[in-house]
Amino acid sequence: MLRLLNIEFLKLRYSRSSKILILTYFILITFIALIASIEFPIGQVNFRIADQGIFNFPFIWHFNSYIAATLKLFLAIVIVSMMSNEYSNRTLKQNLIDGLSKKEFILSKFITVMVFSIVSTIFLFLVSLILGLSFSDYNEFSIIFSDLDYILAYFVKLTGFFAFCLFLGILVKRSAFALGFLFIWWIVESIFYAVLRWRIFRESDIADKIVQFFPLESMSNLVKEPFSRLNAVQSAANQLGSAFEKDYSIHWYQILIVLVWTCIFVYSSYALLKKRDL
Amino acid sequence: METILSINKLTKVYGPLKAVDNLSFTIEKGNVYGILGPNGSGKSTTLGMVLNVVNKTSGEFKWFNGTESTHEALKKVGAIIEHPNFYPYMTAAQNLKLVCKIKGVPEHKVEEKLEIVGLLDRKDSKFKTFSLGMKQRLAIASALLNDPEILILDEPTNGLDPQGIHQIREIIRKIASNGTTILLASHLLDEVEKVCSHVVIIRKGVKLYSGPVDGINASHGFFELEAENTELLQQLLNEHPSIGKVSLKGNLVIAIIEEPMGASDINRYLFEKGLSLSYLIKRKESLEEQFLQLTNQTTA
Repeated sequence: MLRLLNIEFLKLRYSRSSKILILTYFILITFIALIASIEFPIGQVNFRIADQGIFNFPFIWHFNSYIAATLKLFLAIVIVSMMSNEYSNRTLKQNLIDGLSKKEFILSKFITVMVFSIVSTIFLFLVSLILGLSFSDYNEFSIIFSDLDYILAYFVKLTGFFAFCLFLGILVKRSAFALGFLFIWWIVESIFYAVLRWRIFRESDIADKIVQFFPLESMSNLVKEPFSRLNAVQSAANQLGSAFEKDYSIHWYQILIVLVWTCIFVYSSYALLKKRDL
Repeated sequence: METILSINKLTKVYGPLKAVDNLSFTIEKGNVYGILGPNGSGKSTTLGMVLNVVNKTSGEFKWFNGTESTHEALKKVGAIIEHPNFYPYMTAAQNLKLVCKIKGVPEHKVEEKLEIVGLLDRKDSKFKTFSLGMKQRLAIASALLNDPEILILDEPTNGLDPQGIHQIREIIRKIASNGTTILLASHLLDEVEKVCSHVVIIRKGVKLYSGPVDGINASHGFFELEAENTELLQQLLNEHPSIGKVSLKGNLVIAIIEEPMGASDINRYLFEKGLSLSYLIKRKESLEEQFLQLTNQTTA
């Protein structure tokens, strides 16, 4: 396993574009801290985002994992291209001839994806912890370490999304087209949802129940948008008389759905590679 | 003899096309083999199947008596298919180090093999800056990294200039002289003739011949003769037990030899019968003629 990771590491290490994207990704995560310095005046009051409680434990786990997850696109580009470049450089063929089995090949890519997710998760955890410790109103130990399941969900979400990217890279073989395909997939899912929600199952939540099984939707369901949870937004909504009733917590079956998709993507990648003549 | 690769009734079907049809042959240690066939005859497909990149339709192949899985066996094989495939953004040395990792070979081999193919001074240049000849030589270095039991080369001189072709052939000859088994696929006859001891000839995926290079057609060659009395010459030749078909080509009589015999034998025989020749020469078909003969047999 270490051998496979080593092989993959060598391939990435010398690729300048991959290095730049990976670096950008991690730098951007640390830039979440910059949100703290955003302030703008509303009337006489200086409105500071950091004072709105976004950096309070345990809310910060939710908020940061949501924001950081939007950055995953940078790594997605790296992953799609590290897969499809093997096709366009024909190095996949050479790797197999040199004695790597197809299983090992997929495994080496998947392990790399896992490492990306693990490192991102640890990184996010540390950044959030530091931010929280400097801005949070509550610093009791038990509060700090509550709601950590958002971090777990973030990890599962990343792994699932990256496995999807791997699969697309193998399926489409061209990085630009694979990313385009990802976008099209997203649109298709959205259209599907819209049709179900507004045409077929109006006035009920059946549409949501179906759509939660779709790959991209299941991943985005894991960490829902945190903004409507903010005090300011909540109280504003209350005044308008339309209080939100939204479930922000993470359920085991949501994690399970994404894990199942991850398995499907990794296995299909393998099956596809096995079936193909190179 | 130790068998390195045995192929048994290997078949590959692409839709309606049979690319390789019931192909069987074995490769023994220490020989230099050529797979000869026109473009599109199934050479690369055959190699692709034994190298784990093309899925076979039916039949089987065994590496080293079949005791280990194909990808494990491939670690003891060095192979180059068509054109060299490396990571363009990595240097020659970095690319070879990666291959070392895959094959499980210590990294000190890299310099040693770069030396053999004459690329040591360019080891820190990126692969994408290499000329085709250099890329091909790098591919050979990469195939040699594990000191392979067998070296498989698919059209190694394709697209190279004469100098490049010469360099590659010299390298191949050097490797062969060390006793490494080589399997060389080519559509170039003289390449196979110059380098190989054994040959497998395929056409449209069907094996036409396999055996020693000299043994193609099991031919002993033919005589070209001329005498003043052409009719008597033909008659006497037809009576000779070791002569097969006799035919006329212009003024020359062509006599196919069926059993080994020399020019002096036929000269003595004809002289004893009272015929003196004005012209006599013993010839062997060139590999090219034999090859064309073989490949045409099935079209006729």
